[in-house]
Amino acid sequence: METLMSILVGILFAIGIYLILTKTLLRIILGTSILGHGVNLLIITMGGLEKGGPPLLGIKGLTYVDSLPQALLLTAIVINFATTALFLVLSYRAYKVLGTDDTRSLRGKSDG
Amino acid sequence: MGNLVIFPIIIPIIIGMILVIFRKNIRLHRVLSLVAAISIFVISLVLMNRIKTDGIQVLQLGGWEAPFGVSMVADMLAVILVMITSVVAFCCLVYAFKTIGEERELFYFYPLFLFLITGVNGSFLTGDIFNLFVCFEVMLVSSYVLISLGGTKGQLRESIKYILVNLISSFLFLVAVAYLYAMTGTLNMAHLSVRIAEVGQDGVMTTVAILFLIVFSLKAGLFLFFWLPGSYSAPPTAIAAIFAALLTKVGIYSIIRLFTLVFYHEPEVTHLLIGIMAAVTMLLGAIGAVAYWDIKRIITYNVVVGVGFILAGVASFTAEGITGSIYYLIHDMIVKALIFLLGGTIIYFTGTSNLKEFSGIMRLQPKFGWMFFIAALSLSGIPPLSGFLGKIFITEGTFASGYFWLGGIGLLTSLMVLYSIMKIFMNGFWGYTDVREESETMSLKGLLLPMGILTALTIALGIGAEGISEYVDLAVEVIMNPSIYIDAVLGSAFVERV
Repeated sequence: METLMSILVGILFAIGIYLILTKTLLRIILGTSILGHGVNLLIITMGGLEKGGPPLLGIKGLTYVDSLPQALLLTAIVINFATTALFLVLSYRAYKVLGTDDTRSLRGKSDG
Repeated sequence: MGNLVIFPIIIPIIIGMILVIFRKNIRLHRVLSLVAAISIFVISLVLMNRIKTDGIQVLQLGGWEAPFGVSMVADMLAVILVMITSVVAFCCLVYAFKTIGEERELFYFYPLFLFLITGVNGSFLTGDIFNLFVCFEVMLVSSYVLISLGGTKGQLRESIKYILVNLISSFLFLVAVAYLYAMTGTLNMAHLSVRIAEVGQDGVMTTVAILFLIVFSLKAGLFLFFWLPGSYSAPPTAIAAIFAALLTKVGIYSIIRLFTLVFYHEPEVTHLLIGIMAAVTMLLGAIGAVAYWDIKRIITYNVVVGVGFILAGVASFTAEGITGSIYYLIHDMIVKALIFLLGGTIIYFTGTSNLKEFSGIMRLQPKFGWMFFIAALSLSGIPPLSGFLGKIFITEGTFASGYFWLGGIGLLTSLMVLYSIMKIFMNGFWGYTDVREESETMSLKGLLLPMGILTALTIALGIGAEGISEYVDLAVEVIMNPSIYIDAVLGSAFVERV
């Protein structure tokens, strides 16, 4: 199961990096989003994917799955969510002010 | 008892949240943010004396014992850095009062500034690697907003690059944390150190260490500094100064912490790599500093040189080298804030950042000119000033560990730094007075105070180095003996049981 998940994470990383290297801002943001998904899946995979009950003490089981990676994941998701929202708004603003979403034309002097 | 450790983190965040409510009351914003900076300064002084008498101060959050909860650890290095952070923050705030403009002040400049300080202090004081990630994000999200606050074309352009680079490095940080957790099963730094010492640092662990090195190099501008010159020249002076003084230093601190506490078993791989990266950083930074005639570019490339130099001391992995790194880190935070404020003031005064377009400011503003001269000498490490001691220790450390090339490059780049900064002084301050008309009657009243404080500090640190040497020695002792840190966090009973 871990192998399968690792392959999936690898594919997500490849897609994310490919999108980040393209020239349209929106594609770059989509790329970071997909990369974020890959990272989140990696955290849960690296915590181990053994069988066990959900980490709720009300459910009586012999074993539970590791709850720490789930907590890390939840934190990472909200941080990622906030930064993506900020990034989206910023690129909207940049599109309005600079009139382009092409990273090639984002070059130039600081005030030009 | 150890509750004091958390105060440098919660004071700015609580005051920042209060300020968010009173958006229109700028006077309140100014007063309360100064109060925050001063109270952090006082608390860090108290903490320094406690650490000197009682050893490292540890706070287990929520009363959960060390590897299971989050621990806040205040060792001497962290507290010194917190103290310098508060001093720099104070000076940048006073500078911002005059220069930042009402438009930015109304849109939460001071709360964002305080949240940035929260993140920086949290990164210095945390003892947990995931908590370090969260504190990094607190710092970075505030810096994303600060860099784009105002929304000029240049700022928007640079903030997109800055956010993209930092998002990717944050993802890499999470990847590295995931791998580390898979291999050790813990996130507490002291416990990580114990676990890795038990199982040994094999090839995979060293790979993870290098992944961490890449992450923090992106944050600190070590070798991977391609984003830095653009981003640091976009925002207004007060913001650029606080970035230059604090953001890269947090990355440097994390490298020092991780590679002396956790991944110290294979220095011939990891520390040599840090050394090579530091050497390349110094050379490229110095070339950049020499190449430009634009004040902003010259001073941003000087930030890069400073980063390389501090990590050269870490790479030597000797007591002298680390001592030098800490002295230089303290000096660098102060002098980089100073040089950014000075450079920003020149641009404010003359209305241009091109060195070829003005000259002879010395006759109009002699005090300001002399401050710049002192800062320039301090930056390149001339003896009575603060940069000298760090440089001499780092050079000694690199020679002691046999990295003569590293020490040599350090000395060579010192010359190039001196040239680059003297170029500003000689072209801008000497010669016939040739500035635009409104500059001739312009007054720098109010701006000179924060720069004066920092200049006085760099002189005092140079002459009175003896005064802080016992504190620095304590910091070095902890860094060179990880067991002191581990005992303080986990308790010696825990270490023996394992």
